[in-house]
Amino acid sequence: MTTSSSTHRLAPPPPPGRPAASARPERSAWRQRLSRWDTKASPYAFVSPFLLLFLGFGIFPLIYTAYMSLYNYRLGGTKTWAGLGNFTWLFQDQFFWNALKNTVTLGIISTVPQLLIALGLAHVLNYQLRARNFYRVTMLMPYATSVAAATLVFSQLFGRDYGLINWMLGLVGVDHIDWQNGSWSGQVAIAIIVTWRWTGYNALIYLAGMQSISQDLYEAAAIDGASRWRQFTNVTLPGLRPTILFTIVVSTIGATQLFGEPYLFSGGGQQAYNGGASHQYQTLSLYMYQQGWQYLQLGRAAAVAWATLLLVVVFVVLNLTIARMRDRTPKIPATAAVEEVAR
Amino acid sequence: MRKTRSRSIALVAVLSASALLTSACSSGGSGGSATTAGSGGGKVTLNVNLFGTFGYKEAGLFDEYQTLHPNITINYTSVEQEGDYWPAFLTHLNAGSGVGDVQGIEVGRIAQATSELGDKFVDLKTTSAKDSIAKFVDWKEKAATTSTGSVIGLGTDIGPMAICYRTDLLQQAGLPTDPTQLAAKMSTWQDYLNLGEQYKAKAPAKSAWTDSTGGLYNAILSQSQEQYYDASGKLIYDTNPAIKNAWDLSVKAAQNGLTAKLAQFSDQWNQAFSTGSFATLACPSWMIGYIKGQAGTTGSGKWNVAALPGGEGGNWGGSYLAIPKASKHQAEAADLITWLTAAAQQQKVFEKVGNFPSNTDAIAAVATVTDPYFTNAPIGKIFGDAAKSAPVQTLGLHDGDVKTQITNGLTQVEAQGVDPAKAWADVQAAVKSQVG
Repeated sequence: MTTSSSTHRLAPPPPPGRPAASARPERSAWRQRLSRWDTKASPYAFVSPFLLLFLGFGIFPLIYTAYMSLYNYRLGGTKTWAGLGNFTWLFQDQFFWNALKNTVTLGIISTVPQLLIALGLAHVLNYQLRARNFYRVTMLMPYATSVAAATLVFSQLFGRDYGLINWMLGLVGVDHIDWQNGSWSGQVAIAIIVTWRWTGYNALIYLAGMQSISQDLYEAAAIDGASRWRQFTNVTLPGLRPTILFTIVVSTIGATQLFGEPYLFSGGGQQAYNGGASHQYQTLSLYMYQQGWQYLQLGRAAAVAWATLLLVVVFVVLNLTIARMRDRTPKIPATAAVEEVAR
Repeated sequence: MRKTRSRSIALVAVLSASALLTSACSSGGSGGSATTAGSGGGKVTLNVNLFGTFGYKEAGLFDEYQTLHPNITINYTSVEQEGDYWPAFLTHLNAGSGVGDVQGIEVGRIAQATSELGDKFVDLKTTSAKDSIAKFVDWKEKAATTSTGSVIGLGTDIGPMAICYRTDLLQQAGLPTDPTQLAAKMSTWQDYLNLGEQYKAKAPAKSAWTDSTGGLYNAILSQSQEQYYDASGKLIYDTNPAIKNAWDLSVKAAQNGLTAKLAQFSDQWNQAFSTGSFATLACPSWMIGYIKGQAGTTGSGKWNVAALPGGEGGNWGGSYLAIPKASKHQAEAADLITWLTAAAQQQKVFEKVGNFPSNTDAIAAVATVTDPYFTNAPIGKIFGDAAKSAPVQTLGLHDGDVKTQITNGLTQVEAQGVDPAKAWADVQAAVKSQVG
C-alpha cells in the first residue's frame, strides 16, 4: 500500500490516449496496472481501520456470543455442548419472563413521558425567548452527568428514612414510601431518573429538527388562520416525523439495555443484580449480568444476550410500525400538502 | 473513593508498563513480562492480586518485606468488590495470562477452587509454605484441601461473629450496657428477640433492635456445621433444620418489627451507623473496621461488643492466599505468603484493620487486645473465644448463591410484607432455576 502510493506520487502514470514514448513499455504497463490497483484498493485500505475494529469489537463478540450460547459453560468449570438447552432453560425460567416484563414496563413509563416532555420543551424553546441559550444549555446538563452520579444522588433523594422526597411527601401528609423495596415505587423512581437524564437530550434533537422546518410553512399556516396548537400538530409534528422516529428507535434500544440505574438504585454490589428483593425491577441486562458474573453461567448469559438482541429488533420494528400508522390515517389535504413540502 | 481507586489502578498500570519497558530495554530487548523482569542480581517482581482490604498495605507489610528481601519487588493491586474480582480472576486463569503470583481467595469461593480449579493452583505442601499449614485453626486448611490432598491456600483472616451494639441507645431503652451482663441476658436467639421486644417498647423513635433479617439469619446459621450442602456435596438447604430455624427466627423478628429493614452494605445501611436506625447487629470481626469507617469519630465510645447468643461462635468470611501454577516465581511467592500469614504479621493486620487472625499463635497473641472505639471492649478475647467455639462449617459450591436468594426472600417478608410461605417458595424457585 505504502509502496504503491509513493510510486504514484513519484511518477504519475501518463495520461491515457498518449502512449508513453519510453524505452521500457512493459514497465509502464506495470505501473498502469499498479495505479489501477491503487484506485481500487486504496479506499478499502482507508476504511479498513473501522472495519477491523468493527470486526474485532462488533462482529466477533456477536458471533462468539452465539457460539457460547450453545454451550453449558460455568466459568471455572468445564464447557460441554448444550445445543439449544440454554434457550429452553431460558424460556422456562420465570425470572427471565419477569425481567422481560420489567424491561417493557420500565421502558414504557420512562420513554413515553420522556419523549412527550422533550417535545413540549423543544416547542417552547423554539420560540424567541430571552436567554434562550441559557435554557438550552441547562436542559442538556443532566445528560452530561454520569449515570452513576445521577443514580447515587437520586437514591439519596428517594431514601426511605432521610430522603428529601419522602420528607416533602411527609409535609403534605403522605406516609413514608419505601421506594427501593416497593415494586411500583421502585420502577417509578427508576423511570424518573431515566427521564431526568434523557429528556434534555431528546429535546435538543427535537429542537434541531424543528429549526430545519421552513418558517414559510408557519407563516402560511398563520395566514390560513391556524392557531398555535394547530401549527404544532399540523406543521411541526409532520415535519418532525423522521426525528421522532429516530428518537423512538434510540430510546427503545436504551430502554432495553437499562442497567446502571436499577443496579445502583438497589444499592450496588452482588445483591443488586437481583433488581430488588423480589426481582421487582430486574431488567434483562441485570438478569444477563447476574447469570454471567454472579452465577458465572456464561452460556446462559450468552443466551440471554441473544434473546435480548432479538427483542430489541422486535421492539424497534413494532414501535416503528405503530409510529408509521399515522401515515395510513386519512389526512386533511392541507396537512398532506404541508407535509409534502416539509419533505 | 472509587475514583481514587481507579486512579491508583491506572497509576499502577502505568508504573508496571514503564517497568516492563525499562526491563525490556535493559535486557537488550529480549522481551519478557514484568514477572520475569531483569536477570541481573536475581531481582524478582511478585504480582499480588487481592480484593477488598487484606490490610497488608495498610499495615506496611509489603514495604517491610521488600526491605527484608531487597531482591523482591511487590506489585500489589486490589479490586474493591470480591464479586468483581473473582470472575475477572477466573477469566484470566482461563485465558492463561494476567494471573498474579499470589491471588486471594474468599472463603465463599474456596469450595469452587478446591473442587474445580484444584489443578490450577500450586500444592503448598511441595513448597516452603508446607510447615505453616498446621498453624491455622483446624477448619481453615481443611477447607482449602482438594480431594487429592493438595493444599491450595494459606489462611489470612477468619470472621468470628459477635454482637456489636450501641450502648447509648440501649441505655435509653433501659437495657444493660455492660457486655457480660448483656450477653448473660441473651443466651439464646429467642432471648435476643425477647430483649428486642423490650427495646422496642422503650426505644428512641426510628430506632429498631437489629439492622436486617438477612444479617440476623446469617448470624444464626453461621453457628451450624451443616448449612446449604451436606458433606457429600448434596444440596440440603430446604430440608436442613438449622436453616429452617434461622429462617423462622428471622421471619419472627421481621414480623414483630424488630428490624430496621435495611439491606446490608446499602447506602442507607451505611448511614444508619451514625443515625442510630438500629441498636444491635451481628458483626464478624472484620466489620469492626467497617463500623469505625461508617460511624466516624463521633461514634467513638458509643459502641460495644458482646458475645453471640446461642452459646457457640459463628464464622462469616475470611480468605486465603494461593499461588497459581501459572506463576513463574512460585518459590518466592511461597516465601511471601508464608511470611504474610505468619503470627506476627496477622497480629499487625488485626491491630491495624481488624481482620481477625486465622493463625492460632496470633489468636493467642491478640487475646488481650481491647478497642477504645468500642468502649475498650476486649475484642481480642471475644472474637478469639468465638473462633475457638465456631463449628467446622461444611462449605458447598453454590453457598453464596443460595444465601443471596434466602436473604432476598427474607427481605420480601421484611420490607414488602410478603407471606413467608410465598417468600420461601420464591427462594426455592430461584435456587432451582439457578443451582438445580
